Amino acid sequence: MTYAKRFDGRGFDELRPMSAKVGIIPRADGSAMFKIGKTVALCAVYGPRDLHPKFMQNPETGILRVNYNMMPFSGHGERVRPGGGRRSKEISMVIQNALLPVLDLKEYPNSVVDIFVELPQTDAGTRCAAITAASMALADAGLEMKDMVCAVAAGRCEDKIIVDLNYLEDSHEDGADVPVAVLPNSGKVTLLQMDGEVTREQIKEIITKAKEACKKIYEVQKAALKEKFAR
Amino acid sequence: MYAEQKTHLLKALAKNVRYDGRKALEYRPITIEYGISGSAEGSARVKLGGTEVLAGVKMEIGKPYPDTPDQGNMMVNAELIPLSNPAFESGPPGEQATELARVVDRAIRESKAIDVKKLVILPGEKVWGVNIDIVTINDEGNLLDASCLAAMAALKNARLPKLNENNEIDYDAEPTKEKLPLSREPVEITIIKVGDKFFVDPLSDEEQVIEGRLTVAITEKGTICAMQKGGTAPFSVEEIDKMVEIAQTLAPSLRKAL
Repeated sequence: MTYAKRFDGRGFDELRPMSAKVGIIPRADGSAMFKIGKTVALCAVYGPRDLHPKFMQNPETGILRVNYNMMPFSGHGERVRPGGGRRSKEISMVIQNALLPVLDLKEYPNSVVDIFVELPQTDAGTRCAAITAASMALADAGLEMKDMVCAVAAGRCEDKIIVDLNYLEDSHEDGADVPVAVLPNSGKVTLLQMDGEVTREQIKEIITKAKEACKKIYEVQKAALKEKFAR
Repeated sequence: MYAEQKTHLLKALAKNVRYDGRKALEYRPITIEYGISGSAEGSARVKLGGTEVLAGVKMEIGKPYPDTPDQGNMMVNAELIPLSNPAFESGPPGEQATELARVVDRAIRESKAIDVKKLVILPGEKVWGVNIDIVTINDEGNLLDASCLAAMAALKNARLPKLNENNEIDYDAEPTKEKLPLSREPVEITIIKVGDKFFVDPLSDEEQVIEGRLTVAITEKGTICAMQKGGTAPFSVEEIDKMVEIAQTLAPSLRKAL
């Protein structure tokens, strides 16, 4: 089968339209919104603050805690039951692992930096949008960071390598979905998952294309941060 | 614990001013944005000053309850998520979230805002269920009144999904143009009592010193369709009457925002 034209008419390397805004939740220490296509991620950062329960405290370093959640009305199809399940637990963990390499929380022993990501509307690519938003929110919170973190899903649909899969492409039976997070300055990858089926050549191309796409996401992040801070 | 804050607030209220310069019975500016989530059948964002709340409606098909075979179902759920306030914690809804959801539910249910008799697909077998979910984004006080507005706005925004030939929802089809059958429009006004003073639309700081509160749901006819007393301060009958009067006076200005 040949995937001649994308379902939404985009070029194979083309991202969906993006927008970003920093400082959207005044109660939080840092916050950001990232929208890519119809997927919207809202993120708030609280901390470093005291960590409870106390037995979780680490006297050597502060810890990062991520909570990813889809709002009950945000899914394609049925209502998402609130409370989270195995999926959101795993996604929270991989987001945490994707962000932690850019932070140094040694200066904040016994503390926690809490990241809350909420999705009011989704069309695939939610964990990547969450990471992109969280990176901006961490910067907005004024935490010292070694780099930003940008993320996008790339993959395969039939015979084509594509970036930024939407729901139709993500759920297509002949394909693969590869969420990737990249540190734009070092080029290192901090999130990599995959499902579907690809060859060794294809996965290399997929990751390379995701890295390229992340450069565009990085520009959107920088512009949003500048809009708030560079005056 | 908040004795100084309370003294300060009472002094200000004696002069009919608040921390942010408002009068005692004045709401912050209200803005409502409709259709903020394309994944929901209906959705809205309410901003009440700095407080921001989202509501979304998801329709489902279910069985009617045995005692109401000729009626659709409705449910209100609220999530006071830790994204919106440093004091909120993850986990199952606590007292505040449960109370909020139930008080908003009562306003909508008891006023018969949704004409549930028109939500029957096959009598006794298949009916629409209306799930209203409220999610807080930024809590700067008075989540309850903002949530009721958000729920009503999301209901007004909702369109019924398309059904396939087996009377199941076709999630891949565009929704129909058909609106939810709404017949009433309740709004909730929460009146706060501190000392011998009344005020509305509290900021987070003001909520810290609340002694008593009364939430009154008012229909478009000016009748009362739900009430909830909160806090520990006892009220006299005269005080309750005064608070109901305040709610009736303010209700039209809130409804105008919808």
